[in-house]
Amino acid sequence: MTTTLRALLGATALVALSGAAMAETTITVATVNNGDMVRMQGLMDDFNAKHPDIKVEWVTLEENVLRQNVTTDIATGGGQYDVITIGTYEVPIWGKQGWLESLNDLPAEYDVDDLLPAIRGGLTVDGNLYAAPFYGESSMVMYRKDLMEAAGLTMPDAPTWADIEKAAAAMTDKSKEQYGVCLRGKAGWGENMAFLTAMSNSFGARWFDENWVPQFDQPEWKATLDFYLNLMNQYGPPGASNNGFNENLTLFQQGKCGMWIDATVAASFVTGKDSTVADKVGFALAPDNGLGKRGNWLWAWSLAIPSSSDAKDAAKVFIDWATNKDYLALVASKEGWANVPPGTRTSLYSNEEYAKVPFAKMTIDSINSADPNAPTVKPVPYVGVQFVAIPEFQGLGTSVGEIFSAALAGQKTADEALAEAQTLVTDEMKAAGYIQ
Amino acid sequence: MSTQSSRLAARMMVAPSVVLLLIWMIVPLAMTLYYSFRFYRLLSPDRTGWTGFTNYLWFFNSPDFWLALWNTLALVGGVLVITVTLGILIALLIDQPVKGQGLLRILVIAPFFVMPPVAASIWENLFMHPQNGLFAAVARGFGAQPILFLEQYPMLSVIGIVSWEWLPFATLILLTALQSLSSEQLEAAEMDGASAFSRFRYIILPHMTRAITVVILIQTIFLLGIFGEIFTTTQGGPGSASTTLPYMIFKQAIAAKDIGRAAAGGIIAVILANIVAYFLMRGLGRNLEN
Amino acid sequence: MARALSPRRQLITTIAAWSVALLIFFPVLWMILTSFKTEPSAVAMPPEFLSADWTLENYAEVWARSDYPRFFWNSVVISVGSTLLGLVVAVPAAWAMAFVPGRRTKDLLMWMLSTKMMPAVAVMIPLYLLFQRLGLIDTKFGLVIALMLMNLPIIVWMLYTYFKEIPGEILEAARMDGASLWNEIVHVLTPMALPGIASTMLLNIILAWNEAFWTIVLTTTKAAPLSAFIASFSAPQGLFYAKLSAASAMAILPILILGWFSQKQLVRGLTFGAVK
Repeated sequence: MTTTLRALLGATALVALSGAAMAETTITVATVNNGDMVRMQGLMDDFNAKHPDIKVEWVTLEENVLRQNVTTDIATGGGQYDVITIGTYEVPIWGKQGWLESLNDLPAEYDVDDLLPAIRGGLTVDGNLYAAPFYGESSMVMYRKDLMEAAGLTMPDAPTWADIEKAAAAMTDKSKEQYGVCLRGKAGWGENMAFLTAMSNSFGARWFDENWVPQFDQPEWKATLDFYLNLMNQYGPPGASNNGFNENLTLFQQGKCGMWIDATVAASFVTGKDSTVADKVGFALAPDNGLGKRGNWLWAWSLAIPSSSDAKDAAKVFIDWATNKDYLALVASKEGWANVPPGTRTSLYSNEEYAKVPFAKMTIDSINSADPNAPTVKPVPYVGVQFVAIPEFQGLGTSVGEIFSAALAGQKTADEALAEAQTLVTDEMKAAGYIQ
Repeated sequence: MSTQSSRLAARMMVAPSVVLLLIWMIVPLAMTLYYSFRFYRLLSPDRTGWTGFTNYLWFFNSPDFWLALWNTLALVGGVLVITVTLGILIALLIDQPVKGQGLLRILVIAPFFVMPPVAASIWENLFMHPQNGLFAAVARGFGAQPILFLEQYPMLSVIGIVSWEWLPFATLILLTALQSLSSEQLEAAEMDGASAFSRFRYIILPHMTRAITVVILIQTIFLLGIFGEIFTTTQGGPGSASTTLPYMIFKQAIAAKDIGRAAAGGIIAVILANIVAYFLMRGLGRNLEN
Repeated sequence: MARALSPRRQLITTIAAWSVALLIFFPVLWMILTSFKTEPSAVAMPPEFLSADWTLENYAEVWARSDYPRFFWNSVVISVGSTLLGLVVAVPAAWAMAFVPGRRTKDLLMWMLSTKMMPAVAVMIPLYLLFQRLGLIDTKFGLVIALMLMNLPIIVWMLYTYFKEIPGEILEAARMDGASLWNEIVHVLTPMALPGIASTMLLNIILAWNEAFWTIVLTTTKAAPLSAFIASFSAPQGLFYAKLSAASAMAILPILILGWFSQKQLVRGLTFGAVK
């Protein structure tokens, strides 16, 4: 940029400032196409009425595509976006890189202390809040009350993996296309590895020891994978190695699964209008093995401002609007309490109206039982329950996910898969310089 | 008519295309070559530097590499065989005078209009899905177990989907080639008592050689780079059963954000493409002569 | 090579041809049918034909949720713009290669095609950085340039083969009459090659319309075409096949209509002049 151009731009900026609040600022908001975000776009009249000087341009994309575009933009300092939707995996890494604007100066009415501690902790780096949670989720067991009853079983509120296996066996009737349990098998760090990593925590396993040495050769991982493969091969649907969140959701909604262990946000779908089993669903905490950790994860889709944004103030105004208490009330008044973005604020869970939502209590109990800062039985050098918050994890998780998916498809034994994962992760950690 | 001045004029006229394509090729190629020798991960910006052949070695040492190479060739070869064979048969069929030829042809080329990611998603979810797919319903209708397409036959499934996308292209090129074949020649052959097969073998097929060559050349260029359909359907799996070289590069670029490795993969892919192109030209090049 | 057939054979070939065409078209038809079903009905098993709850809800929702006209307009500008620009550059080149061929013409053509050999993902970051430096991210101009260069080899190839069909003597006769190069191209060559140019145009518009990698990587809002529109309806949480089908139908409908109206040119265009 030439000096003249700089001077010109500077002058324009001055004019813009003196032009005061009348000047319209346009912000570009990038978000995933999940239901809660789509609902937000439908409620923009409220924002526009309150902030006529800010114009919002939406970029709504499928999760994978959004992540690809946003990461490319932020890592190259592109400055295309003013507000981005990212998860608890990205926030600690990007915050540390200095790619995100801190949100410490949100107004007092925002009541930052109202944010759920587990969620807030996951979005804070060195005491700085780098993203505001839009909705939070953990994972839990969703099961068919009618099938359990028919089998003469009851699901405890806090089941063990042995309970799950017993229930799966009792509810499976393959001749009627009814499978005891549906779990993620589709390869991906956010698909089968989110589930398996969280599950492994309850078996006492961990990705790395304190010195970043991969632990797939340890008996805890063997126990995890053996249990998972056995459960799925005996009581799972055929072709499960290609089932992710959406595929399992469809199966459960069609009444083909006895149990499904997955994201708490799924609760509103399985009890919603597209579900054939809406009135027959019960909820329970994710299973454990008596080791003190449950197999549930913690995730929050959150709004953050890239440092490269040139409309940070307007972006902050938007984030405040989209994640404060008034927004929750707004959604409740327009769409009902069941559709309020869950899992971000303590006050929501002390609201009597919200307590009537069938999955409210189990959601908050699940979220509260996950601790991203101490996710495993044995000590680990990383943060994150169903992921490891290091830049390399996306690649690692995807590759290991493929290996485990192949094991589920019957192409590899559990031992082969674990040995392969151990070699692969060891090589990559060496290449990345964590270990010698 | 190749006078000195017309040669010069011709050069001038070709120049813009050549210069533009030269820039379009050389700049990204040079950048890719540069990055392929660098440690460059988008999410670890603090650590950069020269790494020699490390990125290339990663590909060669990867247990998936040779399988991916094989899968890439299998995908290209499989789709070419299917589209050319079916394309010839369908072209022969719809070349016959039939009612509603206009609509018929639009139906045949319609798959070409569907965006590749959508096509893959439709096939995966509405057709091949083991519980909700149409194929599963058909299988059950016959009392059979649904086939687990993407789990048991991932590469064949991908080849099937891509073939469906490219069949219209092949069919139409071959169809128009057929249309220019003079009917007198065929009738004369029929009079002489040539069988349907020998008419096909000695008159129709030779006439279509150039069209077939064009189909093979153009499709090969596009097919060598395919990764979107694999990402949508099998994610290269199960395991690495349906991983191709472009998909391997895709994983490094998109999942691992390792630009250095992706660049090295790109260079390897270009070399592979050139080898394939060399053999294609040796085998088919003279078909292009007039 | 259309020849008279006996009525019985004609009936059989008609049935066979239509069966094959419907079989190939079936997935598209199924997608369009799905777009009129409710989400649960779209994945119902056994599949619902007559019993399905037919609805226009998906179209209404897709329309309400995104600014379809803008995506549509961007797609039109990008695909038509890149094609026209491509023709401007390619026509002279193809002319020269067809009528003043040198020893290296074939190699030059092959080389042009080979510029398409680099896998898109491998050059994603280099190209993105390049576009960023040049300020071309999220501009229609940037995408027009990118897609033009991407499809230029195909355009040159097609035009070259079409021009090859034009007898050189006609041009020579024109030159004898003292026509300038410009006149030769405008008044003699262009009219003769018009069908070929038209089909080249059409094929390239389709290729550009369907391009779904670079159009998403290099845009955010202002220049985002229908590929980005589709990506916003693909794979969210919950059922989405009916809505994705509706969005896809909306994306392919314009191009399908274009194809319908110009069916003859299209058929010719798709041949790459493989026929003489």
